[in-house]
Amino acid sequence: MDEPGGISRGSLLEDPRLDDQRIIEFDVRTDEMLVNMGPQHPSTHGVLRLVLRTDGEIVSEVEPHIGYLHRCAEKIGENLTHRQWIPYTDRMDYLAAMNMNLGWALAVEKLMRHRVSERARHLRVLIAELGRISSHLVGMGAYGLDLGTFSPFLYAFREREKILDLFEEACGARLTYSYITVGGLTADLPPGWLLKCEQFLDQFEPVIQEYHALLTTNAIFVKRTAGIGVLPREMAIDYGCSGPVLRGSGVDQDMRRDGESIYTAMYDGYAFEVAVMKNGHYPRDHAYPPVPSDAVLGDCWHRFFVRMLEVVQSMDLVRQAIDRYSACKEPLGEPLKLTEKMPAGDAYLETECPKGQMGFYVVSDGTAIPWRARARSSSFSNLSVLSELCRGCLIADVPAIVGSLDIVMGEIDR
Amino acid sequence: MASFLINTLGLPAWLAWTITATVSAALILNVMAVGALVFIWAERKIAARIQDRLGPTRTGGKFGWLQSVADGIKLLAKEDLMPEGADGLLFRIAPYVSFCASFAAFIALPFAFDFVGQRLNVGVFYVVAVLGLEVFGVILAGYASASKWSLFGAMREAAQVVSYEVPLGMCVVVPVMLAGSMDLVTIAEKQAGWFTNWYLFHDPFTFVIFWVYFTCAVASVNRAPFDLAEAESELVAGFHTEYSGLRWSFFFMAEYGSMFLVSALASVLFLGGWNGPVPIASLLGLSEGTGDTAGYLVRLVGCLNLILKSTLGVVVMMWVRWTLPRLRIDQVMTTCLKYCTPIAAVMFAGAMLWSFFLPGGLVGIAGRRILSRPAGEIREGWLKGPGGRGRDVVSSRPITEAAMMPAPLHSDDGRRVSR
Amino acid sequence: MRGSSFLESLESACPGAVVGKNLEAIDPWIEIAADRVEPVCRWLKHASVPAFDSLECITAVDWFEPDPKKAAKVSWQPHLELVYHLWSTAAKASLVLKVKLPRWRNDVAGELPEVASVAGVWRTADWHEREVYDLSGVHFAGHPDLRRILCPEDWVGYPLRKDYEQPIEYHGIRGR
Repeated sequence: MDEPGGISRGSLLEDPRLDDQRIIEFDVRTDEMLVNMGPQHPSTHGVLRLVLRTDGEIVSEVEPHIGYLHRCAEKIGENLTHRQWIPYTDRMDYLAAMNMNLGWALAVEKLMRHRVSERARHLRVLIAELGRISSHLVGMGAYGLDLGTFSPFLYAFREREKILDLFEEACGARLTYSYITVGGLTADLPPGWLLKCEQFLDQFEPVIQEYHALLTTNAIFVKRTAGIGVLPREMAIDYGCSGPVLRGSGVDQDMRRDGESIYTAMYDGYAFEVAVMKNGHYPRDHAYPPVPSDAVLGDCWHRFFVRMLEVVQSMDLVRQAIDRYSACKEPLGEPLKLTEKMPAGDAYLETECPKGQMGFYVVSDGTAIPWRARARSSSFSNLSVLSELCRGCLIADVPAIVGSLDIVMGEIDR
Repeated sequence: MASFLINTLGLPAWLAWTITATVSAALILNVMAVGALVFIWAERKIAARIQDRLGPTRTGGKFGWLQSVADGIKLLAKEDLMPEGADGLLFRIAPYVSFCASFAAFIALPFAFDFVGQRLNVGVFYVVAVLGLEVFGVILAGYASASKWSLFGAMREAAQVVSYEVPLGMCVVVPVMLAGSMDLVTIAEKQAGWFTNWYLFHDPFTFVIFWVYFTCAVASVNRAPFDLAEAESELVAGFHTEYSGLRWSFFFMAEYGSMFLVSALASVLFLGGWNGPVPIASLLGLSEGTGDTAGYLVRLVGCLNLILKSTLGVVVMMWVRWTLPRLRIDQVMTTCLKYCTPIAAVMFAGAMLWSFFLPGGLVGIAGRRILSRPAGEIREGWLKGPGGRGRDVVSSRPITEAAMMPAPLHSDDGRRVSR
Repeated sequence: MRGSSFLESLESACPGAVVGKNLEAIDPWIEIAADRVEPVCRWLKHASVPAFDSLECITAVDWFEPDPKKAAKVSWQPHLELVYHLWSTAAKASLVLKVKLPRWRNDVAGELPEVASVAGVWRTADWHEREVYDLSGVHFAGHPDLRRILCPEDWVGYPLRKDYEQPIEYHGIRGR
């Protein structure tokens, strides 16, 4: 076929595979190999099992297998009262247990049309946003680990420890808190807690620049994440992705602003900007490192960066919550009784958890024990997109992509 | 030592040589093994300090200095597992192949003038070649483990090491060219004197090529950010996934041995070997070439010098490891083939032209002032005092030659004059 | 656009699909005929205003009381209810669809009730339907890969059914 320029293209050059940058040697016959990644593997974030179909270093297909951490939480929920199920929500996303507690508590409160006191509301914001910081710190540190750098992980855990210390002082537990509960919180803050929290924030703020220096702007980090695992906006929505994964693809959605009124009412009067790229800019992005030139919206770098921005955003929210909480003079109020009856009916509520939108669905037949307790896991949906993202990547990219989704198996398998 | 045994004790030559070889081998083995233990401990402490931790603090009293020994004992006591599908012989042999390669390369490494297991006139060639053999152990381990992760690790290692041998070789050739010898002892001797005589500062090209060499050396011993063969977050543990106990520790020792070796090689080739930055010995009028106690002491200090420089290199490698993320395999290859190799080639050509037109090195154009004066002359100047009679301050002799000449122990009139 | 006007447009697009509704509930819901799920969902995703481009969750609720004494008192007939929670990312609006299914097809225990899969509409439905199939025992016709997802592949029974009995033994592991 002669083209206008007089160039004749041979049949070989028309082979579409030639345009595929990933296929390096397409005339060398190679065998495919099935490799099991996990359930015991350092970078599958728990007991995730990925079956990789590889051709040398190139991964042609990834199939996630889940269920190794299935603990029948929903079935157990049908045998306990609403408040008794709170500890089971702790064990879903155990890295952000406060946010899990909050999700279920709000869903039940929505069904019971119960409103918590102002003081409880601000305290919940305070606690939930601290929980978000601690979860993102783990996500960030573990992501560094996935990419082969160990130190940021410990820097992140160093700061997280301080948040856990604060949580421990507030509720006695460091990981599974059951602090936020249906109808309020189990206890008020001890005296002097707010001061310690402020001290933590003041000390933590400059540390974020260290993370940016070690990871966000590091040349190797950018090389490993920019343009890798690009999740287009439509695909993200189609797969029900949420949270930083969705915002990393440029979808402007945050349940704290867009969610149902019982949830957004919690954030009434709080000023925050959703961390999403709009018109090529992140909010207040002058304070942060610039977006590298080879980063594509929806790639691993953007997902990571959105988390980093949310840490700052949450710090800001915690500061606001401290002010409002300390201005509140009314009592905290008691949570609902363990056996408080729920009205017959059903209610579904999604909250913005660190990993994404965590939905809780409660169906009641009029007793205190839910007829059906359902947890819609954000990581579950976020993980389901993995096989799309990993098609044609290199083996080293698989941990990079899994890490950028920031999944928690406890939440996926429930 | 052999000549001492033959001449003084009257031993037959074959026995003398055997004894000498055994002693040398034992010494080198100890240097390597103890060195590995120290470096493992150092890595823990350095990593800990980088990460805001303390690292080992209890074992062996202060600073946890016995931690590596405790680890060694633990590894000895561990069950020695072998996967069912593994190729028994190769699986067993692989760690020793790695270890032997690393160990054998030490033989030609001069720790100081005359402190060398076997002085080879092709020392550079030998060290680089033997060090490259280490990859066989890794490939054997990966192949024989009957584990897909190990196989991935081995294949990566093979690709990486074979690629990095090319720029590494080019970098190594530059000092060889400047010295006109492949003998490591000669190369180091030519850099005697002030630190400006080091090949690192010979000309801009050698300065650049030193960093290329260091990058390639890090890659060729599989240290982060080039630790793709282990890549614990991708390949579990890469080629040594299936190893445990003592066999695993042999890989570990080989790794630390190689780290030290490439750093020592860098010191000899670019950083003056055992020569300190200031030629204190020759300023004091001591010579390393003599057989007396003073000469022996000078050599011992030189040996410390070299170990210090190499340790510095190892510490930098550790620092890099605990700071940077790992590269991907294609990026590792890009770094090698698109950056390291062309840069090394250009620098090689540059250094060649430089030494053709300006054989005196960088200092040659800067004007031969104080620093370039032969050490002996400076000492003479000191002895003679500020107003003393003297020759021209600027010497026309090449510096290396002057520095190599054994300086006289006493001044002309046989007394020291203080300034 | 919540409420009756939306219902009207749905009614005109898919006549006869809406078989029940409750607009006064905490989460207003629409009940869809079991055989019309797929076209309704397709319309909701592509043609409706607002377009519900995201499927958040599929839940199966088993309305069955195993205790005969209590069962005599309940006001409902035993059935299985599928609840689809939809979300519109553009309008930030939610929608709840309910589908009533028999507990067993043709009332033969073990024969799974069947409903059309919506995995072709929202790809996230793939895993959600697998989960519902795994835990509640609903067969999704036209699903590309209907396997158990959380339980092992050789697991017997559907754990979130109210009459589910835990196995006594699974591969030598005591269950009860």
